[in-house]
Formats: sequence, structure tokens, C-alpha cells
Amino acid sequence: MIDIGLGHYLAVAAILFTIGVFGIFVNRKNVIILLMSVELILLSVNVNLVAFSSFLGDLAGQVFALFVLTVAAAEAAVGLAILVVYFRNRGDISVEGANLMKG
Amino acid sequence: MTADMLSHDLSLLTPELMLAGGAMALLMLGVFLKGAGTPRLVHLLTIGLLVAAGFAALFLTGDDGQAFGGAFVLDALAKYSKVAITLAAAVALLLALPYLESEKLSKIEFPVLVALAVTGMVMMVSANDLISMYMAVELQSLALYVLAAFNRDSLRASEAGLKYFVLGALSSGLLLYGASLVYGFSGSTGFNEIAIAVAGEPSIGLIFGLVFVICGLAFKVSAAPFHMWTPDVYEGAPTPVTALFASAPKMAAIVLLARVLLEPFGGMIDQWRDVIWIIAVLSMGVGAFGALTQQNFKRLMAYSSIGNIGYALVAIAAASQTGIWALLVFMSLYMISVVGTFGAMLSMRTREGMVEQISDLAGLAQTNPGLGWSLTALMFSIGGLPFFVGFFGKFFVVFSAVQSDLLILAVLAVLFSVVSAAYYLRIIKVMWFDAPEVNFVQPAMSIYWVTRVAGWSTLLLLPALGWMVYRAFSVGLDVL
Repeated sequence: MIDIGLGHYLAVAAILFTIGVFGIFVNRKNVIILLMSVELILLSVNVNLVAFSSFLGDLAGQVFALFVLTVAAAEAAVGLAILVVYFRNRGDISVEGANLMKG
Repeated sequence: MTADMLSHDLSLLTPELMLAGGAMALLMLGVFLKGAGTPRLVHLLTIGLLVAAGFAALFLTGDDGQAFGGAFVLDALAKYSKVAITLAAAVALLLALPYLESEKLSKIEFPVLVALAVTGMVMMVSANDLISMYMAVELQSLALYVLAAFNRDSLRASEAGLKYFVLGALSSGLLLYGASLVYGFSGSTGFNEIAIAVAGEPSIGLIFGLVFVICGLAFKVSAAPFHMWTPDVYEGAPTPVTALFASAPKMAAIVLLARVLLEPFGGMIDQWRDVIWIIAVLSMGVGAFGALTQQNFKRLMAYSSIGNIGYALVAIAAASQTGIWALLVFMSLYMISVVGTFGAMLSMRTREGMVEQISDLAGLAQTNPGLGWSLTALMFSIGGLPFFVGFFGKFFVVFSAVQSDLLILAVLAVLFSVVSAAYYLRIIKVMWFDAPEVNFVQPAMSIYWVTRVAGWSTLLLLPALGWMVYRAFSVGLDVL
């Protein structure tokens, strides 16, 4: 059995964070995937915060994680609302289609 | 916590409590009052609320200090920024009212969202803890995402809102990831405790965290290379919303960045100064060269704002009392000019509707001399031509850089300023020497006066600045 330490948690969080950032930049198809990537980034931060909180023996990190959860919910609500407005005007939600303004 | 401490802490938050409570009360008022005049009433009351909050920040908060276990700080920097932010937002709302009414967009949500965004901004400049910093940034951002897409029947506005949301959420994610690393490697979320942890040899985790925090905040101030959302959002969002974006949130985010870098991370100046140096040069370069080919006035102002944030970052890179002072003077003068310029943009209305191409300004000096003169003065001022006030803003920034031995940065700032003068002068050339094509209709009273007052202030503020220069060179800047 290997001991699972702080480094392992940080590695998981870093991988999740990287997947999230790549999801935003690489994905060209669907705006919903962008919203999912944003959620992934916020949750990877939560893994970080809770791991640090546990290993430092300090509660502030877990309080921070609860705030992040709340904000993530609010952000998803605002994001989906904007997405619905965009869909009504345009009729599709592909990332490539969002090219009205350039330069 | 005793009742005494609580009342002391709450008294420091007077403007924030007024704004948060007022926004809620105005929302209720708007929902329960029926009638066609309600949106206008709520709009005017919100302007009053913002001005009152500005006065409260100046007079009612009492002595400087920290509240809620160090999560909130009130000092001269925060106080000044709060007054500037609330007044800039109030002027942006004043510009918005006639626009919203003529475009049939007048709804109670608009002023309430602005009030909530301003609540976030005044919390940002007082944030002294990673948690309060993040919550304030998000309160501001979430309200602004909605405002960008406020014209919900317009494809351009909803596309602008979508782009702003996705990139804004990404930047919040970067900021937050940095904050989690800083918390983990310093052991605390409070800025006071982080400053102590940073004082020794900083760990690699702290440096990583700081870089992520800088990236996240650079998105919020639209500094290059994190500027790609700015031109699209400025062009797509309704013009008065763009006027707000270009003024108050910029001030809040740049003051927050200055506080984060100088207070908790003041001990890591060797690590972050080069990063800020590069971001500042890139921003000034993108602002100067990106704007040269723009045909749309709003897009041009977006590049102009990227360039001007570069100058503000030069003042932060100076990392001195003079630098902070130069930052505040520069940003205040920039906000006045930019609000006036957007007032001029809102005056560009023909019988068919709003126009926003630079070519539509042709011959403005003949067809509408008052507007032509005001816009000329504003362009000279933002371009930094002596002896308009904008020149002194840039002068103090360069002065602070020279004082901190950042000579190459100072030289680059002056060079980019010369390049960017080209496109401000192009607008003036179009106004004065091209043949008139379109006639603008008479703008509303508030737009007319905001433009004129901002235009005149580029010259009328000179005595105040002259006095500052005199003080700067006779007794040193620290006492100001």
C-alpha cells in the first residue's frame, strides 16, 4: 500500500484544472462543453482547498470551498441564461458560430 | 465578538451596506410598483444611491482600519477608489437613461444590476483576504456578464455577453486556482498573514500561485496577453454598458491588483516585477498598434483602454508610494476622459438610429462645433498631448517609473504613447478635415452635459494638476 499524501491530491487537482482549461481552448463544437469545463476548473480548485485545509489543520480552506460551490452555482445559472438568450437569437450554440465580431 | 466590535466593523462598511441594501430595496420597489414610469424612477433613485454611497465612503466611514478579523480593510487607497468608482458608475447610469429609453430597453433590472456590480467593486478595493477578494470579484463579474447581454434581442449583444462570460469565468478560475495555491503554501487566506509568510524565502508553490493570481486579475483589467475578449465585448455590448465597462470596473480591478501585489506579495517584488513589466509593455503595444486599423469607434476605444491599462501597470511596476499616487491620478483622469468620449459616442445618433463608425464623424466640427470641440479636447487628453490633463496622467506614471529605476520601461511607455497618438489624431483629422456626410440629432440633456463637462475638464483641471506638480517637486510626493 502506498500512502496517499498532499502531493497526490494536488496532482489530481492540477490534472482536472488542465483538462478544464484545455476544454475551453480546444473545444470548437459546443458552448455547453465550455460551461462544463468552467465547472471542472472550479471543482479542481475545491479539491486543492480541501486537501490543503486537511493537511494544514486549518478550517479556512473548507469555508473557502463552500463559498466556491455557491459561486459556481450562481455562475452556472448566469451562464445558462446568457446561453439561452444567445440560442434564441442565433439558432445554434457552436463555438465557431460566435464570430460576428472580429479584428 | 462583542457588540462594540461589531458596530465598529459595520461602520467601516457603511457604503457597501448602503449599496447592497439599496439595490435590494430598489429591486423590490421596481417589482411592486406598477406603471410605465417605474424603470425611470428606479434608474434615478439608483443614481442617487450611488452618489450617496460615494459621499458615505468619503465622510461616514470614520477612521481607517480593518474589520472582520482582517478580511476587510479601509485605508486612503480604498476610500479614494470607492469615491471614484461610485461617481463613475453614477455618470455611466446618467448616460444610459436616454439611450435605454430610446432603444426601448428601459427595465428596472438595469440600474439594480449596476448597483450590485458597484457593490462588488467597492468590496474589491477593500478586500484583504483571499475569500473576500474572490467573492467581491465574482459579485462584480456576474452582474457585468448580464449587463453585457442586456439587449437580449440583439445577436451582437448576446454574443458579447457569451464571450465575456466564458473568458471571465476562465479568469475567475485562474484567480481561484492561484488563491488555493497561495492559501496552501502560506497557510492562511488573510493578506496580513500571507505578507508574513512571504517575507522569508518564498516557496515555488507561492510563486506559482502568485502567477495564477496575476493572470486572473490581468484578465479582469484586460491587459495583454489576456485582452482578447475586450474588443468584441466593447463592440457588442450596448454603448452605455461599454461606458461603464471602460471606467469603474477597470479602476476597481487595477486597485485590487495593486493591493495584492504590494501588500501581501510586497516581499516577492523581485518575482512579480518582471511579469508586470512584460504585461505592461505588451498591453501598451497591443493598444498602440491594434487600434491603428480600427474603423469602429467602440472597438478603437477598446484597444485604447488596453493601452491605457498598460500605463497603469507601469505605475504598479514602480512599486512605490509615487507609483500608487500616479496610478490613482492616471486612472481618475482616464475615467473622466473615457466617460466623456462615450458621451460623445452616444451623441452619434442620426434619424435612422445609432451609428458608431469613425467615418460617421466626418465633418463633425462644421455640423456640430460644440461636440466637435469637446471630442477634440478629449482625444488630445487621452492621447496625452501637452498641455491637456491626460498628459500629466502619463507624465506622473513615467515619472514614477524613472524614480524606481525602470528606465527602459519609461522609454517604451513614451514611445508607445507617440504611436498611439496617431489614431487619436486620425479621429480629429476626420472630424475637422473630411467632408460632412451625416447629421446627428440633438442628444438628450444628460448626454450633452456629460460630454461638454468632460471636454472642458481636460483644460479646467489643469490648475489642480499644476498644484500637484508643484507639490511633487517642492516637498516630495509622499506627503500628498
